[in-house]
Amino acid sequence: MNSFLILFFIIWLGGWWINIKISNYKDASLPRFIVPSLFGIVILLMWELAVIGLQVNPILLPAPSAIALKFSRSLDILWIDFVQTLVKGALSGYILGCGSAFLTAIAIDKFNFLKRGLLPLGNFISALPIVGMAPIFVMWFGFDWQSKCAIVVVMVYFPMLVNSVQGLELIDPSRQDLMRTYSASYTQTLIKLRLPSALPFIFNGLKICSTLALIGAIVAEFFGSPIKGMGFRISSEVGRFALDMVWAEIFVAAIAGCLFYGLIALIEKRTTFWHPSQQK
Amino acid sequence: MISVSDVNLTFETNDGPVNALKNVSMEVNEGDFVSFIGPSGCGKTTLLRVIAALETPTEGRVTVNNMTPDEARKARQYGYVFQAAGLYPWRSVSGNIKLPLEIMGYSTSEKEDRTRKVIDLVELNGFEKKFPWQLSGGMQQRASIARALAFDANILLMDEPFGALDEIVRDRLNGELLNLWARTRKTICFVTHSIPEAVFLSTKIVVMSPRPGRITDIIESTLPKKRDLNIRDSREFIKIAQRVREGLKAGQTEDVF
Repeated sequence: MNSFLILFFIIWLGGWWINIKISNYKDASLPRFIVPSLFGIVILLMWELAVIGLQVNPILLPAPSAIALKFSRSLDILWIDFVQTLVKGALSGYILGCGSAFLTAIAIDKFNFLKRGLLPLGNFISALPIVGMAPIFVMWFGFDWQSKCAIVVVMVYFPMLVNSVQGLELIDPSRQDLMRTYSASYTQTLIKLRLPSALPFIFNGLKICSTLALIGAIVAEFFGSPIKGMGFRISSEVGRFALDMVWAEIFVAAIAGCLFYGLIALIEKRTTFWHPSQQK
Repeated sequence: MISVSDVNLTFETNDGPVNALKNVSMEVNEGDFVSFIGPSGCGKTTLLRVIAALETPTEGRVTVNNMTPDEARKARQYGYVFQAAGLYPWRSVSGNIKLPLEIMGYSTSEKEDRTRKVIDLVELNGFEKKFPWQLSGGMQQRASIARALAFDANILLMDEPFGALDEIVRDRLNGELLNLWARTRKTICFVTHSIPEAVFLSTKIVVMSPRPGRITDIIESTLPKKRDLNIRDSREFIKIAQRVREGLKAGQTEDVF
């Protein structure tokens, strides 16, 4: 047993003990923030010590410090990849895909016959395997971000469509009747009743799709891309055994994904404050 | 004002046709307070919905302000108060009251004026900015009534508005509703399953029975128009209540008990 491994166990047990203490703390607001951050810090420390203590090959698992070093030295590349994959590929596809799915949902709601035609079609599109579609889309839309955007559109379209349609369908009958007694027009009913009451479902779709868009844009780059982008970097750096760079890209993707999800959840909280799911 | 003659309404359900209304005829005159009373399934809510053009009768003739119900609906001749308050939870109390005014295209200043007026009328001052889920059931129903009064409909249709409230709150709101009726001079159609509520509020009581939904008695109240809660101990009141009870009993079919 070397000293690193002894320290490993001390930190493990110490972190465990402190977290139990904090969790039992009376004021519930304190543990909510501290416990997960402490947990993360302890995991990182244990990872670092285990990698050094057991002399793990850096190709299999680099130490967090090595990843952090690589991260800070490659900020320019990481930024270029971030813009290429997440801003140009994922975000544009997300907006385009979710937006068109939402408009389709409104059309389906207005013209009932579309429901029988478009929902199965949407279902079919969502069942297309992304690994099969990606090379085809590269041929159609080129190597650059446009083909990644197209993949993301295909991936997010159906979940967003299903959620929006469901939200528009689920209307309290007496609220609907109220609009009838006012002799409200279709548009007035849509804007003042149906869209607000569909919001919780729409946000559900947006949250699910945010992770899908991230995955889709990165994976799509494995099948052809210009010499930048997170997916391209991951596959090429794996080939060069530069796993610290791969981990740095994964870190960027995780942070960006969390922030984006958090942003949507925040907007949701602001706009659907009235819904029972948002109230304590 | 409202006239219903020989109305039949049959719902097609999975268990076969259900005769919701059978040979229903009645009149509501201007300024009346008419209660529809009966056990569940007697068609009292359906009749109210027929008047509001939310249901279409299979047979018969209905006129509201000398129009068909659907024309009256499009001309915004009535306000409707639902069983559950039906307030939109994403709108505050004043936002809910403004909803019909927005749809009917009132100007901003008029919206403000009218909202303030009806909030005074139902005594919800200080609660304008609250959201429905922050209010008690009684206050929600008051907001709902205010919403139905905000525009110029001379008919108020109310579907068991106080059905979910406890008796103490209900008594108070009944008193307030009578005041409101006297001050606004609206014609009110009121669905209920409470005998004291019907007798206390109404100038005319329509007693209904289920299977098939039909009218068994129409009682013109002999109580004075101006009344307070004490009138419920008078002999006049008890006599009318008795007649309502008999009307309900006469409509009972053997499968009820």
